[in-house]
Amino acid sequence: MKSLSELAAIREQMKDKVAIRTGSGNIRVVVGMATCGISAGARPVLNTFVEEVAAANLTDKVMVTQTGCIGICQYEPVVEVFEDGKEKVTYVKMTPEKAKRVVEEHLKGGKPVSEYLIGNTKL
Amino acid sequence: MIRSHVLICGGTGCTSSGSAALEKALAAELAANNLSEEIKIVQTGCFGLCALGPIMIVYPEGTFYSRVTTEDIPEIVSEHLLKGRIVDRLVYNKNDDAEGEAHAVHTSLSDTDFYKKQKRVALRNCGVINPENIDEYIARDGYFALAKVLTEMSREDVVQTLLDSGLRGRGGAGFPTGQKWKFAMNGEGQKYVCCNADEGDPGAFMDRSVLEGDPHAVLEAMAIAGYAIGADQGYIYVRAEYPIAVHRLEIALQQAREYGLLGDNILDTGFQFDIQLRLGAGAFVCGEETALMTSIEGKRGEPRPRPPFPAVKGLFQRPTILNNVETYANIPQIILNGPEWFASMGTEKSKGTKVFALGGKITNTGLVEVPMGTTLREIIEEIGGGIPNGKKFKAAQTGGPSGGCIPASLIDTPIDYDNLLEIGSMMGSGGLIVMDEDTCMVDLAKFFLEFTVDESCGKCAPCRIGTVRMLEILNKITEGNGEMEDLDKLEELANYIKSASLCGLGQTAPNPVLSTLRYFRDEYEAHIKEKRCPAGVCKKLLSYNIDPDKCKGCTLCARVCPVGAISGAVKTPHAIDPEKCIKCGACMEKCKFGAIYKK
Repeated sequence: MKSLSELAAIREQMKDKVAIRTGSGNIRVVVGMATCGISAGARPVLNTFVEEVAAANLTDKVMVTQTGCIGICQYEPVVEVFEDGKEKVTYVKMTPEKAKRVVEEHLKGGKPVSEYLIGNTKL
Repeated sequence: MIRSHVLICGGTGCTSSGSAALEKALAAELAANNLSEEIKIVQTGCFGLCALGPIMIVYPEGTFYSRVTTEDIPEIVSEHLLKGRIVDRLVYNKNDDAEGEAHAVHTSLSDTDFYKKQKRVALRNCGVINPENIDEYIARDGYFALAKVLTEMSREDVVQTLLDSGLRGRGGAGFPTGQKWKFAMNGEGQKYVCCNADEGDPGAFMDRSVLEGDPHAVLEAMAIAGYAIGADQGYIYVRAEYPIAVHRLEIALQQAREYGLLGDNILDTGFQFDIQLRLGAGAFVCGEETALMTSIEGKRGEPRPRPPFPAVKGLFQRPTILNNVETYANIPQIILNGPEWFASMGTEKSKGTKVFALGGKITNTGLVEVPMGTTLREIIEEIGGGIPNGKKFKAAQTGGPSGGCIPASLIDTPIDYDNLLEIGSMMGSGGLIVMDEDTCMVDLAKFFLEFTVDESCGKCAPCRIGTVRMLEILNKITEGNGEMEDLDKLEELANYIKSASLCGLGQTAPNPVLSTLRYFRDEYEAHIKEKRCPAGVCKKLLSYNIDPDKCKGCTLCARVCPVGAISGAVKTPHAIDPEKCIKCGACMEKCKFGAIYKK
């Protein structure tokens, strides 16, 4: 390496990978990953969230994590979004495709995707 | 895509409690669960809470697991990493009892009492980055201070920045770092930059943790020093007893050279600088600056008189700066954040933070970094979690064999260089040994003096002979043969040794005796006048006895006594033969009825 710009390039490239360890992020995306969630396909949903959040450069604002059974197993995969000062948003029957839209419209755009919300979904 | 990082401490403390096996087991378990692509294992440097090792932190949640064993790994993987259910029983939480489960959920690192009051500057990357990966250091602004210095600052600017920051040497003496650099900058010709990593105080491991957890910070700071004083060669003198630190330094040096951050034409600025390692063979005196440089030159590590100071005539008779590991670790941060930022922390004459190695009778043994001016009470009671087993705090020892003790009455003293000197101790490199009521202060002074007698290099008579004479007097006192005149002799001898010794080792060797005499003279007097050791430590002054009213005659004590000093029939009170008793205390430990006492 011969220049400052190359050093800066490494920093940019590595920053996101280390940012996860500061535990920051005022938005928390929590994916239900109990047995019910996993069997309903929560893992690809979780991984999609991780990938899309990184791709959208949101890692310093959004923390993606998992939790146990929320108790509404028939609605799994369930994803909850917590944001400081706002009411909790609960998405149900999620898929990787739906996750992409949530990242785009909700996490990036700030507007929850209403048709995936628990109140608007029929079994 | 990685969704979670599992940090496992790879410092010396956690390595010895089994963190390497943990890492292996975790890697295997992740592979078995098809999680290797989603979860990354990162080996880091010391987190500081060595007493609770091995330590594991799971991000993004920041869950802090302590005392993890390989048997816990399947549960952590299947419950936490797969299903997101935190394994409560492994979460570090000192308030578990008080608040029950409500508290047990999200114990993130920064919320614990141990970390809350700390301010991490020198340790900022320890326990955060993988020390064997230069990219992670760069991600945390690593080498940007060097870049800033090389592209934007003149040599004078760099020295002035250090002067303005108020940074003082963290090795113990507290000499202003900027001054040192200024003297060396004004010299001519070939110059050298040295790093003192020969950490030798008993109980001190601050520098080891920095080298193990963030080696690039030291390399970067040394390159900055090279630029400032006009040197192209650096040496790190590190003790061979620190194998992990040496290994990580070697990796770091190689990576920095590959990236062109050491070597010729660094960052295309024409500046060249490289660093070599020199391993110390374990002599305490080689931590003294002139002895250290003599040792690097390949000669026997003995000190020489100063002046001339190293900044004028140092390594190979050339102008040299020698700074301690922790001092260097602060420098990139000072360059990046500005001297005002650094000077805003600490007290009037002691700026910034200080790392302490907490040890002895304290709940949280480990490494802490606090702003200068933090009181001993805050460090011991809040961060350190107090004294275990409900014992009372008696004194703290700072500065190792060169320092002194701080009695309980001075526990609210704000700790900085000048306050500690005033109360007869010194900052030293940062070892902080906590003592409770069971510590005999005469015995403590003897322990440190034995150390310096052993480690005196023998070059000058006051240190070589004087410390032995002092030790003889202390032995006499602890064996019950002391006289009151001995205390005056001790003091007289101590003052001669202080003023006549050649180097810092001898000049400070009497300090543990002088400071215990100052604050605990009554204990010395009890040993001499009453032939009694108030703390019950000095064996020659102790006798073990059995209270016949409490003794049930169970014979347990007689069976554990290694020398057959206890006799008595079953179900009748036993007795100890003082002639045979070696005062090991095994009987007292085993007695179920509290019938055995010492006096």
